Amino acid sequence: MLDNFGYFWEVVLKGLPYTVYATLGGIAITIVLSVIAGLALLSGSRTVRFISRIYVEGFRGTSELVQLFWIALALPILIGFQLVPLWAGILVLGLNHGAYGAEVVRGAVQSVPKAQVEGAVALNFTPAQRMRRVILPQAFIETLPPFNNLFIQLLKSTALLALVSVPEMTKQAEELRPIFGGQVGVIYLIILVLYFALSVVITFVMRLLERAAARRLGRRPVKHDTLSDPLAGMPVGGSALGGKP
Amino acid sequence: MSSIDATEEPEVGAEATDDSANVMIQFDGVVKQFGDNVVLRELDFSVSPGEFVTLIGPSGSGKTTILRLLMTLEKVNGGTIQVDGEYLSHMYRGDKLVPADEKHLTKVRKRIGMVFQQFNLFPNMNVLQNITEAPIRVLGLPKSDAEERAKDLLDMVGLGEKVTAHPTQLSGGQQQRVAIARALAMRPDVLLLDEVTSALDPELVAGVLNVLKEIASTTDITFLCVTHEMGFAKDVSDRVLMFDQGQIIEDASPDKLFTEPEHERTREFLHAVIDRA
Repeated sequence: MLDNFGYFWEVVLKGLPYTVYATLGGIAITIVLSVIAGLALLSGSRTVRFISRIYVEGFRGTSELVQLFWIALALPILIGFQLVPLWAGILVLGLNHGAYGAEVVRGAVQSVPKAQVEGAVALNFTPAQRMRRVILPQAFIETLPPFNNLFIQLLKSTALLALVSVPEMTKQAEELRPIFGGQVGVIYLIILVLYFALSVVITFVMRLLERAAARRLGRRPVKHDTLSDPLAGMPVGGSALGGKP
Repeated sequence: MSSIDATEEPEVGAEATDDSANVMIQFDGVVKQFGDNVVLRELDFSVSPGEFVTLIGPSGSGKTTILRLLMTLEKVNGGTIQVDGEYLSHMYRGDKLVPADEKHLTKVRKRIGMVFQQFNLFPNMNVLQNITEAPIRVLGLPKSDAEERAKDLLDMVGLGEKVTAHPTQLSGGQQQRVAIARALAMRPDVLLLDEVTSALDPELVAGVLNVLKEIASTTDITFLCVTHEMGFAKDVSDRVLMFDQGQIIEDASPDKLFTEPEHERTREFLHAVIDRA
């Protein structure tokens, strides 16, 4: 049963870089779009709010898979320009998760107490300075837990890229299936474990950021129980789940 | 000047009132309402440069609203406010007086500073940065100058050793003294004090009030102060205004107002406040 385990690892691991690229690229676009669209949702201008709202509702309210097919398959026919499938995938992941992230940023900005804004007004900061120097640094920490969720969802959505022939992990596993049909259990177990390991890495980084942000705001670090605390829970030498094959 | 309705344009040409040289703050027929609740009804009063004026009165009488209007945290519904002869709530567009825009507000607001009940220090900055951020970003001071001045101010409020501390590491009284230093770092002509000791533990109140007394006696800043500390008000004020239901019902020197108030309402209020203390 496990005869081909080493081979499966080898094939699936070839897809890992693509999964990582798609995740990191998607996260980068997500962050940029979340901040822009999130602040636009709070704009004084109705037009700006309206445009941002259309973006958010449009990408949040339609299927990610269909969006992917649109950009990777339909758009080239319409405009005669073919994006590299990986780039098309990154773009869709970013556009889609940026729509969710916009609401995260909007909520975080609104969670900063009004008194902080008034303190900044009393010092005669311009509206832009209030946002950059006072509000955003305090809103940042509030975005981290929901962004952690969002980034993990984005990671898992990279599997969709298999459907436009990006050779990421899921696509690699799919390539094995017709040949090793009897061992699909093992093949899919390997990619499940790899997705989980990547999501643990995301959570670990986000928790580190959360601690650093809490320290900067003079708050005590958020206490986590040892089971979920990445610092206490991450074994140093690798584990059954996240360790080396 | 006659009172002004919210829909009516204020009289043009009133920029230089006769005694503008001796008026730092001028309220003319100021109306402020929140929904149906009228907080200020056609309020007129003025404050001279360097004067220390304390506003007293029951809660909800509109005292804090006056400070918030001056700090441009609220907008008037009617009437005008001038600071040193310049409109705060309005501005000229051509020769028409219209509600002030953000640019105008930024220009006139720089003369005014405010200390808040809850301090409102920025938790994303340490003590020194709280004080230097606005002088550097808003006034354009070189960082070294701003820091030097901030340290002098911290010495003055007795917190010279807390330069690198974080606001959350300080007691309420210390935070409030940092907030006072922060407001002074902007070199305001007018300083608004909004119940600055109300959120403090009783043993920390004196330290803050002493700092304020010191500043009031050594600078020519104009003070407008809302407080329930009657002893402090009596000590430092040049004038005390008793408010009730959005109007001034008594305007007198502290000696007169605290010892022989004219109005029954003032007497009742002072009794209530002093009994509580």
